[in-house]
Amino acid sequence: MALVRRTMKTGSGLILMALLALTAMAGADGVGQSSLDFKAMVQQDVHDFQAYYKKRFSRVEFSEYKNGVYAIDAASREQWLEMEDFPPYEFAVDEGEALFETPFANGKSYADCFANGGESIRQNYPYFDSKQGEVITLELAINHCREANGEKPLAYEKGPLAALSAYMASTSAGNVLAVLVPGEAAFQAYSEGKAFFYSKRGQLNFSCADCHLRVAGQKLRADITSPALGHPTGFPVYRAKWEELGTLHRRYAGCNKNIRAKPLAAQSRAYRNLEYFQSVMSQGLEVNGPSSRK
Amino acid sequence: MKIKAKVKKEITKVKMLIKHPMETGRRKDQAGNVIPGLYITEVSASHNGQPVFHAEVGQAVSKDPYMAFSFKGGASGDKISITWKDSSGATETGEAAIK
Amino acid sequence: MNVNGKSMTMNRRGFLGNLLKGAVCVVAATSLPRLVFAAWNEKAFKAETLDGAMSSKYPGLEIVDSTAIKLKAPAIAENGAVVPVSVKTDLPDVKTISLFVEKNPSPLAATFHLTPVNVADVSIRIRMGETSNLIAVVESGGKLHRVQQEVKVTIGGCGG
Repeated sequence: MALVRRTMKTGSGLILMALLALTAMAGADGVGQSSLDFKAMVQQDVHDFQAYYKKRFSRVEFSEYKNGVYAIDAASREQWLEMEDFPPYEFAVDEGEALFETPFANGKSYADCFANGGESIRQNYPYFDSKQGEVITLELAINHCREANGEKPLAYEKGPLAALSAYMASTSAGNVLAVLVPGEAAFQAYSEGKAFFYSKRGQLNFSCADCHLRVAGQKLRADITSPALGHPTGFPVYRAKWEELGTLHRRYAGCNKNIRAKPLAAQSRAYRNLEYFQSVMSQGLEVNGPSSRK
Repeated sequence: MKIKAKVKKEITKVKMLIKHPMETGRRKDQAGNVIPGLYITEVSASHNGQPVFHAEVGQAVSKDPYMAFSFKGGASGDKISITWKDSSGATETGEAAIK
Repeated sequence: MNVNGKSMTMNRRGFLGNLLKGAVCVVAATSLPRLVFAAWNEKAFKAETLDGAMSSKYPGLEIVDSTAIKLKAPAIAENGAVVPVSVKTDLPDVKTISLFVEKNPSPLAATFHLTPVNVADVSIRIRMGETSNLIAVVESGGKLHRVQQEVKVTIGGCGG
């Protein structure tokens, strides 16, 4: 297969092979076909992924998955509703708005970098930039905008960048996630993200799928694990544990630390590809960030 | 601070969210030094100039304190004023109209 | 806070004047009109035991267990840093409502002072350091009416 031979050179061929095996297991019929069928493969993945949760949590409405564990656990949902009644992240959204409206030293502003002036666009992220050959997340795009206008980049996990992301998410409330895999190179990134999701790592030897797919909804020590379906929609999140906002990649790093795996840097290629995969899997759900989590 | 005040069936419910670190004085920074305590000790509210709530609080209240109380009366458009004072003597006052 | 100091003095003088003129009766401090809200009770907030905090905040008041108070708090707190709690009661003439977290380093968490126009319905988000009894007391009719509930606080798991 031309696709496999090509990717073997880049060293990620192994991943692709494993991936093809996975998709074969999942019932996709992409194996052995030409690379033009990757779109069908992706849609099959989405279908299988979402069908798994529908079967597993038969009484949960699809749209509720945007609320993470609160879609499946009544006790914590009640506490979450009380938080959301007057959520602490409201301050951060205001900060984000103020930052967003403040022009750079060169007179330009964030609105100049983004489609639609940066409003109501959260649902289009992340996307695969074929020119740059990589996944662009909203946070990455914010810093690209800053650097293109002579400003220093902001830290990716929390603080002002999280506030900006929260503000931009808030202007997009209710929009449906529309993250696509439009080409072969995008499919490559998607496949890497998928492989990350299903690969075991860390001293505890867990994969994302182990906790958030296989045993989602069951108690893992003192916590009930959230379904991976809908994971990215509510970010950035105010976590009671952090007592502040944090981005998705901050959460990825924390999760990896928990299973005693080396956490990666926020906005590293692997985390961006993971976010890409997770966002594709959450197709059809509304974006609802920022939101409260434990 | 943010204030949400709503009157329904002659009872006004006031919710507040106050931006404040509420440092307990028991936390240590990365260098191992104790971060000094700094927390709100009193919150009071008035409606059209009349005292309508007073709370004494301490370190056990969460960061960015949230509190809610209710009182009889109050009409749409009336002013609610809330003032807090913290352990350093700092104060802040916020106002909002009842919806 | 707005306190009309002048009228307060007048009321007290008039009241005491009547006391002297009329029959001798012992007046408990808590039955004086609450025109002035109590300032921050440092002793009570710094007390390190539940009993110490209770007696500093409410010296000499009788405590009775009550079924007329609705204390709402999670059975298992999602996170001890932010535990939503609310207290509601139909008991008459509520003067104060206090919340104590038995196992906190300083058990007294908050005291709400209510006026005659208040409805006894308050909410707050508190910190709990570990699994503990959460105690709500309502000061009404010269007594403390008490209700309590255990709130479990877990640490770890995969909370991250």
